[in-house]
Amino acid sequence: MDINDIIKPENKVYGKSSVLTDNIMHYCPGCSHGVVHKLVAEVIEELDIQDKTIGVSPVGCSVFAYNYLDIDWQEAAHGRAPALATAIKRLNPDKYVFTYQGDGDLASIGTAETMHACNRGENIVIIFINNAIYGMTGGQMAPTTLLGQVTATTPYGRKAELNGYPLKITELLAQLEGTCYVTRQSVQNPAAVRKTRAAIKKAFQNSMMKKGTSFVEVVSTCNSGWKIPPVEANKWMEENMFPFYPLGDMKDR
Amino acid sequence: MAVKGTIVVDTEKCKGCGVCVVNCPFGVIALSHEVNSKGYNFLHMVSPDKCTGCTSCATVCPDSVITVYRVKI
Ligand SMILES: Cc1ncc(C[n+]2csc(CCOP(=O)(O)OP(=O)(O)O)c2C)c(N)n1
Ligand code: SF4
Ligand code: SF4
Ligand code: SF4
Ligand SMILES: [Mg+2]
Repeated sequence: MDINDIIKPENKVYGKSSVLTDNIMHYCPGCSHGVVHKLVAEVIEELDIQDKTIGVSPVGCSVFAYNYLDIDWQEAAHGRAPALATAIKRLNPDKYVFTYQGDGDLASIGTAETMHACNRGENIVIIFINNAIYGMTGGQMAPTTLLGQVTATTPYGRKAELNGYPLKITELLAQLEGTCYVTRQSVQNPAAVRKTRAAIKKAFQNSMMKKGTSFVEVVSTCNSGWKIPPVEANKWMEENMFPFYPLGDMKDR
Repeated sequence: MAVKGTIVVDTEKCKGCGVCVVNCPFGVIALSHEVNSKGYNFLHMVSPDKCTGCTSCATVCPDSVITVYRVKI
């Protein structure tokens, strides 16, 4: 069969989500941010909530998320996305409200906002991109950086005596009464991508059921910050990050 | 029932990251020696006959540049 006989609209089984804009993402080649953006877009398309969804973008590489998903957005000051999302959701309870935040934004400068929004049980979705580094600013150590991991500010590897321990903020949030769904996923292969899409969908649906805060961590790569090419970065993540940040649901009620 | 698939790559938007290549179960795709206007070695099919339209490549692509088609034969 000729390829041109296959390339027909009725035979299309997968393509770019209609919720994504045509803008070329500024992310480095192979960056996990692009995959997670796509999954959020696919969930919004599937649930048919494009005109009912408000995103809050962070400070970090994904500061420009609003250029890529064709929905309403607000841009928060560094780390303050959950506070802003709290206000948006309380004023617009009929809207689906989510934040999209990196590990520096969520687990460092924004720790207080994250903890208290989750502890209040705000009916929002928090999507947490944990790439164990400050990607945007040039690859400095984040609270989530692994022990021994080399970054711009830990050139000899992170040491507990000097830099403290990597923060498992997702495990902490699972202990809070206000969270209803807390999960850790990844996007390096098709099976993982499908699980993350299902997790994001469940989180969005929860937010309309007044069950509390849904929190989806995605263990991610920052190949530029790690100075490892994209395919090898995914392997490095599997070998080094998954043992410390194990995948799976921590809470689902 | 047998299936036959194919993909269309938006080569100008492809960033040549290669994460799709290692996720194709049938060795259908590779990065081209040619580059697009950004200088990236874009994705192309090297064994198009082997494509089943499984969507693995497109599912992992961070830039949503692969469209997948499939027919039953
Ligand atoms: C108040 C304030 N402090 C510091 C910065 C510098 N800054 C910009 S992004 C960033 C961290 C980004 O890291 P992360 O949230 O992990 O996002 P990534 O780029 O890795 O996705 C920092 C510290 C800033 N913009 N504003
Ligand atoms: S610096 Fe890291 S997080 Fe930022 S776009 Fe590049 S790979 Fe992604
Ligand atoms: S995953 Fe997407 S951007 Fe990366 S090489 Fe494949 S088609 Fe190109
Ligand atoms: S659709 Fe499946 S078989 Fe075809 S190129 Fe993509 S991964 Fe390979
Ligand atoms: Mg980060």
